[in-house]
Amino acid sequence: MSTWFNAEWPWYVAGPLIGLFVPALLLVGNKTFGISGNLRHLCSAILPSRLEFFRYDWKSTGLWNLVFLAGVLIGGFLASHFGAPHEINISSATVATLRQFGIHDFSGVAPHELFTWDALLTLRGFISIVVGGFLVGFGTAYAAGCTSGHAISGLANFELPSLIAVLGFFAGGLAATYFILPFVIGRL
Amino acid sequence: MSHRPLPDFDGCGSSGADQQIRPAFLLVYLLLGVGFGVVLTRSEVLSWFRIQEMFHFLSFRMYGIIGSAIATAATSIALIKASGLKSVDGKPIAIPRRPLGSGIQYAAGGTIFGVGWALTGACPGPLFALIGNGVSVMVVAVFSALGGTWVYSWLRPELPH
Repeated sequence: MSTWFNAEWPWYVAGPLIGLFVPALLLVGNKTFGISGNLRHLCSAILPSRLEFFRYDWKSTGLWNLVFLAGVLIGGFLASHFGAPHEINISSATVATLRQFGIHDFSGVAPHELFTWDALLTLRGFISIVVGGFLVGFGTAYAAGCTSGHAISGLANFELPSLIAVLGFFAGGLAATYFILPFVIGRL
Repeated sequence: MSHRPLPDFDGCGSSGADQQIRPAFLLVYLLLGVGFGVVLTRSEVLSWFRIQEMFHFLSFRMYGIIGSAIATAATSIALIKASGLKSVDGKPIAIPRRPLGSGIQYAAGGTIFGVGWALTGACPGPLFALIGNGVSVMVVAVFSALGGTWVYSWLRPELPH
């Protein structure tokens, strides 16, 4: 048991477990697994607006999902507090590549050089946290889905829109990784 | 601002309005969410380092996770359809399909999200799981994401879909 909470789960355990959330939500209440719809529900709930996009009954459509999302936060807390903290065991090739970029601290789940309150006040931290977050919110709303809704639910249901979206996820992610991040981390 | 009719947003996780959800069901959704948060943490899918490793093609791990998650979900959906299983409330399982339209919204929105995914190292689920993990500055990323969703809704009538 302790091993399970002190090390990363192998991919062939983690992947199927993630996939099982799709049938679980369908069987419990005919719900489609997808997280990013919550950003819209939250906007609708807390940012009063007359924009058509937010004029719908978020409680009947999205309350279940917001509750699920609250659970995700709690689950993250529980999993990180009941297991010994460990470094993310990335490959040595990844460490070498990221060092070239200018990442030197490999403790924690996200690099302290980018994702701390102090780093928020630096240009590279601001771009990683604020600009990145904005694009996540804008992009998922525009594409009507994220990794869970498109890459997992949508592809598992053989939907062409999801395939287009996932190709977009990787096109954007690769472009940012090769052309934006080296500049953001190394120069700013 | 023009008001061209747009197909109804049918985003991630919205599967149509339904009746009042019973509190017992909300508890089930909460517990499922807790399970998902644990999986995101222990699988390290929420880690910026893992996302970078994936985009640099330096490990099979993330591809194995995403691929086996899709395979498991697809098999489950096929089994549910073949067996005619119903949801707990006795209704037939229905998975709403997104309208394709011109496809531009998926290509453009997907690419924009992809850039954000690489910059933050997190998709929406992991953003919240990271806050639970103690990376408290991700609260700012969440509010920024809400801002992004808000700006999209504002520009929506002008954007190609």
